[in-house]
Amino acid sequence: MFWDEKNEAMSRDEMQVLQLSRLQATLDRAYSKIPFYKKKFDDAGVKPAEIKTLNDLKSVPFTTKNDLRDNYPFGMFAEPLDDIVRVHASSGTTGQVTVVGYTATDIDTWAELVTRCIVLSGGTKKDIIQVAYGYGLFTGGLGLHYGGEKLGAMVIPMSGGNTKRQIQVMKDFGSTILCCTPSYALYMGEVAAEMGIDFKQLNLKAGIFGAEPWSESMRQEIEAKLNLKAYDIYGLSEVIGPGVANECEVQQGLHVFEDHFIPEVIDPDSGEVLGPGEQGELVITTITKEATPVIRYRTKDVTSLNFEPCACGRTHARMQRVFGRSDDMLIIRGVNVFPSQIEEILMSVEGTEPHYQIIVDRQKALDEVEIQVEVAADIFSDEIKRLAQLSGLIEQEIREDLGIGAKVTLVEPKTIQRSEGKAKRLVDKRDLAG
Amino acid sequence: MTVKQISVFLENRAGRLWELCDVLGKNGINMRALSIGEAADFGIVRMIVNEPDKANTILKGAGFTVAETDVLAVEIPDVPGGLAKVLGALKDKGVNIEYAYAFVARSGDKAIVSMRVDTQADAETVLEVAGFKVLSADDVYNL
Repeated sequence: MFWDEKNEAMSRDEMQVLQLSRLQATLDRAYSKIPFYKKKFDDAGVKPAEIKTLNDLKSVPFTTKNDLRDNYPFGMFAEPLDDIVRVHASSGTTGQVTVVGYTATDIDTWAELVTRCIVLSGGTKKDIIQVAYGYGLFTGGLGLHYGGEKLGAMVIPMSGGNTKRQIQVMKDFGSTILCCTPSYALYMGEVAAEMGIDFKQLNLKAGIFGAEPWSESMRQEIEAKLNLKAYDIYGLSEVIGPGVANECEVQQGLHVFEDHFIPEVIDPDSGEVLGPGEQGELVITTITKEATPVIRYRTKDVTSLNFEPCACGRTHARMQRVFGRSDDMLIIRGVNVFPSQIEEILMSVEGTEPHYQIIVDRQKALDEVEIQVEVAADIFSDEIKRLAQLSGLIEQEIREDLGIGAKVTLVEPKTIQRSEGKAKRLVDKRDLAG
Repeated sequence: MTVKQISVFLENRAGRLWELCDVLGKNGINMRALSIGEAADFGIVRMIVNEPDKANTILKGAGFTVAETDVLAVEIPDVPGGLAKVLGALKDKGVNIEYAYAFVARSGDKAIVSMRVDTQADAETVLEVAGFKVLSADDVYNL
């Protein structure tokens, strides 16, 4: 089943011709309209006119999340604000958000791409799509919403949370496709069980799950508990949002919509482009986006690319399920968290550099975060209530600043494992690879 | 007249209190009073020892988190209602007790209670006016 067979199944030769002309146009626009890119290209001695083949792309400098942050809020816009009809944003290492803009054409392109994702996941206009991704600056909710509407399906804009009501609606409205983070899907499974609702009695046939890393074993668990087929969707707000790639029914990788994005996989240390099948950091160049084109954007997501034709008939390259991150960013229940953000909070509460360790685990389907903090002499009080206040205050700041719940445990000095004198900051016990 | 109390942060795990007592014992530190306050994941051991400064150095050297706090050591009649009398004197003057615990040792026919109060100097006066003996550091360390 195709949404746009001509573009989804074009030959690789045709694809490369299309990609090159779109890439050249994008480079020209970025260079002439965004001072950041002009400077970046000039500093690297690269002229857009010199990019004559797709292979030449590798001489173009990378764009990073920091670049987007440095140009906060609108410095990366290639179009005047008059022509921007929507903005979305995502969080960054220092809490400073990065902003992406959309022209009316971008919104339409995005909807088109998400429609493809839904169709790849077996959706049709007859479906009832329950969108339980958050609505707002986060791209998940509105992304799936517009895609579902464009398909002609019935969209239920639930947004996240209010789980009992989600399940009630699922039952009463007869939702056939559920869109949310995989961990939230599993959590819904548990709540439904508590409510005495059996998923076999519901109409769900597919789930479109993404925005956080998940494993094959988690897919099996979700499929068994929710009685549906679970599809992996990939995207990031800096590129467009959900709709960069999605699994087809073959489920051997996610098709990257190459008529809109050029994917590369690089060695995160050397920046060298790696061959098909080699694992490294995914780099994406948008070739149709108007408002905020990104050129060789380093996603920090680790994957590999497969350019072999797929049994589903699509010619678009497939990226493997994301294996992890090439930086230390954590995705906790769909929220991006950097250990440095937690460190800043600990420093502001304690007034000194803390020794701490972040332990992430997935208990009962949901990510659990424990932060162990060593009690140094200068924060030690012989009154239990003071120490309890301290850990309570840290928990509160983390909840307010980062939007995640974490349990703070006070531990004795020198008990946190150190390697080469440096404490190991992060222990991720979640099985995301299996 | 205040007495130095040594407080130690301990994780809630088997053998940890033993390690604390073992290191003190091997270094010739004698305990006069001991109390343990516990929260979910950790405990605080509070103690009065014969040589608080030495104990502090030893424990820090052994990697423990240690604090010194001033507390009052009060002699109380070892009879039913003895402690209540002391507390009554403090209550009447609005002195709040953060925590208190009894000594292992005795002073003649008297028991001894160690207490941490919100207003240390006031409490001492209150107790003495009420006829209780507040022990000096030397009294306590050399029990």
